[in-house]
Amino acid sequence: MKASVTPLARRAAHALLRAGGVAAGVVVIAFLLVRLIPGDAATALLGSRATPTAVAQLRERLGLNESLPAQFWHFLTRLVTHGDTGASLVNGVPTRELILARLEPTLWLVAFATVFAVALSVPLALWAATHRDGLADHVVRILTTAGIAMPAFWTGLLLILLFSVRLGWFPVGGVRDGYPTSIVLPALTAAVAIVPVLVRSLRAELVEVLRADFVATLRAAGLPERRILARHVLRNAALPALVLVGTNISYLLGGALIVEKVFALPGLGDLMFDAIGSRDLPVIQGVVIYTALAVVLVTLVTDHLATVLDPRLRRAA
Amino acid sequence: MTVAPAAVAANVPQRRRALAHPSLIAGAVVFGAVLLAALLAPLIVTHDPAAQNLGAALLPPSGEHLLGTDYLGRDVFSRLVYAARTDLRIGAVTVIVPFVAGTLLGSVAGYAGGRVDRLLGYLVDTVLAFPFYVLILAIVAMVGTGERGIYVAYALVGWVAYARVTRTATAVAVERPWVHAARESGLSHRRVLLRHVLPNTLPQAVVFLFTDVVFVIAAVVTLSYLGLGIQPPTADWGSMIADGRPFLTTKWWLATAPGLAVVVTGVGLSLLADGLTDLWGER
Repeated sequence: MKASVTPLARRAAHALLRAGGVAAGVVVIAFLLVRLIPGDAATALLGSRATPTAVAQLRERLGLNESLPAQFWHFLTRLVTHGDTGASLVNGVPTRELILARLEPTLWLVAFATVFAVALSVPLALWAATHRDGLADHVVRILTTAGIAMPAFWTGLLLILLFSVRLGWFPVGGVRDGYPTSIVLPALTAAVAIVPVLVRSLRAELVEVLRADFVATLRAAGLPERRILARHVLRNAALPALVLVGTNISYLLGGALIVEKVFALPGLGDLMFDAIGSRDLPVIQGVVIYTALAVVLVTLVTDHLATVLDPRLRRAA
Repeated sequence: MTVAPAAVAANVPQRRRALAHPSLIAGAVVFGAVLLAALLAPLIVTHDPAAQNLGAALLPPSGEHLLGTDYLGRDVFSRLVYAARTDLRIGAVTVIVPFVAGTLLGSVAGYAGGRVDRLLGYLVDTVLAFPFYVLILAIVAMVGTGERGIYVAYALVGWVAYARVTRTATAVAVERPWVHAARESGLSHRRVLLRHVLPNTLPQAVVFLFTDVVFVIAAVVTLSYLGLGIQPPTADWGSMIADGRPFLTTKWWLATAPGLAVVVTGVGLSLLADGLTDLWGER
């Protein structure tokens, strides 16, 4: 028993170290983003007609007069001690407060999208896997191929057209109707973007499960096929589906921010687009760092979860 | 046995082998139609895609205007065809740098192994930690909107996927007996990698190239919809959807038709990728 715990702990420590390294890389990249502005950042932000005094003031405020390592040191200490990337250039509010104020809609959106994604992809993958190379398999393949090519914002418009305009079931946008009513269509949109990816991986996994010895044993024992699927195969599919959402969280989260824009949800995506419009650098950096660190954390947890749940992975470690 | 895949395939009647793959045919037909429309745009369109006619704005589809007119009275069908030109061209140009850089880095890492491999793996993990659209949008916000922003953003982000695909394929190919034989016969690392490993890993990168163009076109269209991509008056599917957005309830075709064009293009390219996988997987 002890022998099986130690490699797991070692694996967890290794994963933690790796995640820490990636988190450090994320901070460095987010810091360097501002360097991509062609020419002088302060001039670029204020426009060519700005007075030299205004440019000098902004340079001072952005810390551009310091050396690059000094700038990074200030960036890092501020991030560690305050948990943010400075104050907004527009209203002077610390980015941490701005981000926390916009967190709720995004969290609702991602949570519901995860539920919808699993609820949609498990039956579709199961349907395709049980009719391998049959009609159902082809239909699912065509659906996923089309799904991958659909830009999320356009899917959102189609859903608005169908469920809000024609049927009137859900609001066109905003959060006036409260949660979860306001979040159903946006979450469905974000889910549709990730479902094709999930279905493809899951179908391959299910094909393997259906071939597994225990399924043959159950069949030989005379269990009806439907019961085998419902009780045994489905259980073996739901957790991998959830883990798959975790592995693809970066994709889901990025899509969610775009979807927020389509449905006018006041979340992180909305904050990011406002910041881009006004070139509010600290806020852009803040959203980038917060979302990327969230991805690192979720990936770490799902990887660990997958290892704990699947003894095969544990042995491989 | 160090022949390139193309040389192997030449032994078998290639045309018949290609015909045996329905997705390859379907993909070639669908994508070929879109490509042809883009190339022959001036011959196909019925109106100047930029010509405004405020007196004939927001007309429904008719014989004169196949898909009606937009809020400035421009012919939607003509704009749709010209948008194919814009989006396909940008899609094709955007993937060049990521393809070359990613394939090269992935090959070197997979071949060298050890510290180089771990360093690349770390870089890949770090870039992948950023939600794709968040990073792309942030870079575009810094570099500036329009084509240049798209190229820079995707060059910085897109290479990662190619590096991953090629690295895995290379690590497998390196273990093949003919690679050992080539090394032992005294060939340089450079020659072994370029002549004996790369021809075996390149097909996978090329298949991914097709899939990647689908992602890139979706990204370009998304950026343009948000006003951060192609700038007016150039016709592009994304800005066309944005233009049609306010009329979703009354003139639903304005926002749906350009999106459908994106999907059809994407499906064609995906089918091509699937077909190529089957074709090259037969070896």
